[in-house]
Amino acid sequence: MSLDNVCGCSAAEEIIPLNKTNFYKKQRRVALRNCGVIDPENIDEYIAVDGYRALAKSLTELTPQDVIKIVSDSGLRGRGGGGFPTGRKWSFTAANQADQKYVVCNADEGDPGAFMDRSVLEGDPHCIVEAMAICGYATGASEGYVYVRAEYPIAVKRLEKAIEDAKAYGLLGDNIFGTDFCFNLHVRLGAGAFVCGEETALMTSIEGNRGEPRPRPPYPAVSGLFAKPTTENNVETFANIPQIVLNGPEFFNTIGTETSKGTKVFALGGKITNTGLVEIPMGTTLREIVEDIGGGIPNGRKFKAAQTGGPSGGCIPEAHLDTPMDYDSLLKIGAMVGSGGLIIMDDTSCMVDIAKFFLKFTVDESCGKCTPCRVGTRRLLEILEKITDGKGTMEDLDTMEALCYYIKDNSLCGLGQTAPNPVLSSYRHFKEEYIAHVRDKKCPAGVCKNLVQITIDPDKCKGCSLCSRKCPVGAISGEIKKPFVIDQSKCIKCGVCIDTCKFGAISRK
Amino acid sequence: MQKKISKIPFKGTPEQEAQLKAVIAECKDDKSRLMHVMQKAQDIYGYLPYEVQVMIAEGMDVPLEKVYGVSTFYAQFALSPKGKYNVSVCLGTACYVKGSQDVLERICSELGINEGECSADGKFSIEACRCIGACGLAPVFTVNGEVYGKVTPDDVPGILAKYKNAED
Repeated sequence: MSLDNVCGCSAAEEIIPLNKTNFYKKQRRVALRNCGVIDPENIDEYIAVDGYRALAKSLTELTPQDVIKIVSDSGLRGRGGGGFPTGRKWSFTAANQADQKYVVCNADEGDPGAFMDRSVLEGDPHCIVEAMAICGYATGASEGYVYVRAEYPIAVKRLEKAIEDAKAYGLLGDNIFGTDFCFNLHVRLGAGAFVCGEETALMTSIEGNRGEPRPRPPYPAVSGLFAKPTTENNVETFANIPQIVLNGPEFFNTIGTETSKGTKVFALGGKITNTGLVEIPMGTTLREIVEDIGGGIPNGRKFKAAQTGGPSGGCIPEAHLDTPMDYDSLLKIGAMVGSGGLIIMDDTSCMVDIAKFFLKFTVDESCGKCTPCRVGTRRLLEILEKITDGKGTMEDLDTMEALCYYIKDNSLCGLGQTAPNPVLSSYRHFKEEYIAHVRDKKCPAGVCKNLVQITIDPDKCKGCSLCSRKCPVGAISGEIKKPFVIDQSKCIKCGVCIDTCKFGAISRK
Repeated sequence: MQKKISKIPFKGTPEQEAQLKAVIAECKDDKSRLMHVMQKAQDIYGYLPYEVQVMIAEGMDVPLEKVYGVSTFYAQFALSPKGKYNVSVCLGTACYVKGSQDVLERICSELGINEGECSADGKFSIEACRCIGACGLAPVFTVNGEVYGKVTPDDVPGILAKYKNAED
């Protein structure tokens, strides 16, 4: 990435402060406040920036009910995708009596394209340790588990070190801050199963089983991990807790919109100039993220859609660029905040192909426990493959839509219930693109290989023969200095010739 | 995902067995640590052949079908050995949108094997992996954990040459 991209200024201009740059100007860092600022492997640096003060305040000045009230009043909602009010979740577990309760941190960041949880665990692991201890105090739990993806080895290493250091300082273990409160933390590694991001599947996995979800009720607040009352929150949710407890609910609920308080981290990626983690107040519009923070679409291409929430989410077309990014506004247009993956696509992306990509993912990741998800997603994928192969009919589109609703309504867990979302939302906003594939047998973006033809423009071709020499299947022939032609029956549409041609004579249509 | 089960004969050493026994001894009182034991076993042997699964089942006192069930459920557990150099191509959304499918295809054609396969000399294997969280560097692939970011299909031969020419 060049300096221009990072700073929004050229190297020749004067150097401007980080918070005045286009990328950072509109950001407000709460969950990520320490990432990149402190040494994550040094507990003293965390303590120097008010670390563990929120825990001290909770244990020595507040009752568990006070802590829950502060979290409830802050308006914090689950950042893992569900958006359930965190304070209410804690109060459910607190209300249940049991000999043992648990706190679980969901760090199984499975949404492809989202990496804020990795960033927090790698850049500020103590904040998760502190937040989980606060949650343990508020809900009456003395044991906690962090379930981390095995794909994040640095996060695991730093988290384990943070737990060791906190223990050595007496900030975990028995009688923390001289009170009766005891809290221990364990790390468990995932093994590459997307469904384990679902809360009941995650608990089943911690117990050492195949990570299959369980029907609810009973809810985890009643019978969760090892059949005991359990509070489970996502990494980013926990990352907000110490600041909320320390500064009071007003610190948090004055940021954001009426129903979505605070900030949200989005992982900006795809066809956008500035990629990276972006923490913005809830309610910032997508246009501000794409044009101001993201610096627009590179290579002079046009914005086509943004995909939020990964395989569970939906797409946002250009017409909705001014939608505020918050839980309710996004749901209204058929998308979702989800865990915060935000992939930008330009006009070279085919929406049917993207829907097919996500569905392939869910077909692979469906755990197989319930039929609507296991069989339904596979049938749905077959319909999409038929469409992108140019064999789809208009009836297929109706079947596709009906099947989507059937899977949504009948699946056991969040994976199946949200799996059809990428299809439904792209069909809703880009219906004409689906119809072009079915009726006209054309892929407008030129992505679906069976629907495009690569042709040589005879007016531009100089007959240099370079393409015919590079073609891996020998599909191009002609006489030197006369226009060459592509034998469509041999062409495998690999596009090597397009990259090879110096005269821009070959194109995909 | 259907997993490929290796037909290559098991070649475990007594040292490897001793390492695995030590891990089992540490964890056998807590059955919820089964996955941890299996992860360690895979670190030791590189994959989880039938013989290793039997050792784990007996050591942890759980049914063999449970060990097999867990090993087939999670993508991380391999039932076939991997190559000396394991090439892992990220097919997460950000990488996919930026053309990682083309990179994967180029790697397959360069090495002459398909995704999920190991070359005959045991030197290379290819896998398509889930998002590794390096979306800012998309498209990304790794070779034995070494990350290569912002790659194009034309970068592939140069990168692979490094490993092809490496001394055994």
